[in-house]
Amino acid sequence: MRIVFKTNYMQDIRPWKDGYQLTLYLILLVVVAAAPWLLDDFYLGELTNVLIWAIAGLGLMVLTGHTGQVSLGHAAFLAFGCYANVILLEAGVPFLIAFPLAGILTGIAGVTVAIPALRLHGIYLAIFTMALSILMDDVIVLAEPITGGVGGKFIGGVDIFGLTIDRWGTPAPFFWLVLAVAFLVTLGYINLLRAPLGRSFIAVRDSEVSAQAMGVDIARTKMISFALSCAVTGWAGALMGMYAGAFNNETFSVLISIQLLMMIVIGGLGSIHGAFLGAIVIGFLPQFLSISKEYVGALFGGSTVAIPGLEFGIFGMILIGFILFEPMGMYGRWLKIRTWFELFPFYRKDMFKRQKSYLKTERLR
Amino acid sequence: MSLLAFENVTLKFGGLTAVNDLSFSVEEGEVFAIVGPNGAGKSTVFNLISRFYDPFAGSIRFDGHDLLQVKPSGVATYGVARTFQNIELFEHATVLQNLLVGRHRHRKTNLLSEVLFLPSARRQELENREKVEEIIDFLDLQAYRDKMISGLPYGVRKVVEVARALATDPKLLLLDEPASGLSVEETTDMRWWIDDIRRQMGITVLMVEHDMGLVSGVSDRVLAMADGAMLALGTPAQVQSHPAVVEAYLGKAS
Repeated sequence: MRIVFKTNYMQDIRPWKDGYQLTLYLILLVVVAAAPWLLDDFYLGELTNVLIWAIAGLGLMVLTGHTGQVSLGHAAFLAFGCYANVILLEAGVPFLIAFPLAGILTGIAGVTVAIPALRLHGIYLAIFTMALSILMDDVIVLAEPITGGVGGKFIGGVDIFGLTIDRWGTPAPFFWLVLAVAFLVTLGYINLLRAPLGRSFIAVRDSEVSAQAMGVDIARTKMISFALSCAVTGWAGALMGMYAGAFNNETFSVLISIQLLMMIVIGGLGSIHGAFLGAIVIGFLPQFLSISKEYVGALFGGSTVAIPGLEFGIFGMILIGFILFEPMGMYGRWLKIRTWFELFPFYRKDMFKRQKSYLKTERLR
Repeated sequence: MSLLAFENVTLKFGGLTAVNDLSFSVEEGEVFAIVGPNGAGKSTVFNLISRFYDPFAGSIRFDGHDLLQVKPSGVATYGVARTFQNIELFEHATVLQNLLVGRHRHRKTNLLSEVLFLPSARRQELENREKVEEIIDFLDLQAYRDKMISGLPYGVRKVVEVARALATDPKLLLLDEPASGLSVEETTDMRWWIDDIRRQMGITVLMVEHDMGLVSGVSDRVLAMADGAMLALGTPAQVQSHPAVVEAYLGKAS
């Protein structure tokens, strides 16, 4: 086991534990950035999709994982960001302005929604936000002159300093764009968590009374959390629209909201890693299923029959499994595996027993 | 001028009068204890100071400010810190993080400088760490610094709560039953700490406590309450021998 002796405060404040950890993450970043040379176009597209989901997951993680406010309405904000981006682009705004602005506008929309939602807790907030997600569908249809209604909208490539970025035409630059956004959002998130604001989010999640007694303004903190969460989700939505190329009112259905929430629960609530791990599951599960279906079909000599709802069924079962056996999600499981290796052969079965408690978010006060 | 002053404060929950025309004041630098049977309204007094409840009548002043004019989160910014009877720590955070939340009232940076972690945010963090480490040293919490609260024993949590309150750098510290559920040794430790908090740090302490040993050991003045009203006010010895107090606890001699 590596033991890091701390000799000054910066060792605690900086995001990495020691040089070894920093090197590992830098290697990971370089390998991922080199993906266009390592993967073919299909898998590069899948990886791009995973990263976009991870950004959306980070957005929801701020709100649900760290501030403890469950939202089943984030598909609405994905939609908002997506449409805001496209509408701004169509109005002739350059991408480098339209894209950040789409996120900021979504953040403002999030705060507008947050104001009536501030007094709601747990399941009531979940219902409120779910209604929002369902409403968004109708709003998009009703606002046809702006949104294109049921017919939807299309988005081609965008220009950044003369460089065309198009999901189909130039998948590699699009991948790097997504990676850059994911990287910057993660960096901001890490910074937030080591600063007073991030800690006040955690304080609000774990105990509102004592957060208040420590001078944390609950309403304000929740509002900022909504704003940040929705802004990041808006960026993910804008990228999702560019990834899909075409979208309409049904693209961002309430199912997407549920999937997003399931994703961060499976990944591990309250950790940045959780958003990424959950996104990997969400992103690769459909491929994994279709490959294994072919394999199972070949094994029994039968044809591959399409089973409707298989994906969601398996997804649901994975979720149930996690909530029953590993409430801390994949990241929690990873910590245990790592400790097992670090302490080998001294790991004890009950080492994490005391920490097996549900986050308040999951308990739904 | 006294640090904290209650003037004719009354609080009613429907037909129940929880605090009845209560007036008292806490002077700077003293340890002031509130005692009384269960349901006397002791914790309600704390919750009034924390602005969780709005009084029906009366005024509460702290250090020249009218407390009734501020939001619950504003009370801490004036320099009032508190602990809770049923420990209210941030369960899924480490001891260090809990204490750092205590520094929240000294936050000077804004959202942007924190997301970018500008030098100002870094400086502020270093400052916060230094303060928090002083308190960790003071209360002997070094062994638990990076432990999650959810894995800590009760006695330690109790101390962490005091530490978190001290991290806010308060003028007035409200301790709600600091010794409840503690062993004899832990209670003795708590007693010395309360003494040190007053003497070394110069913080005024207002506490609610049932352990009369602790109360008479550290407090300068004691307020006895029953049914939301004041029974007696004076030195621990005076209050303990006051006929009304004896009656409230033991009943009337026939």
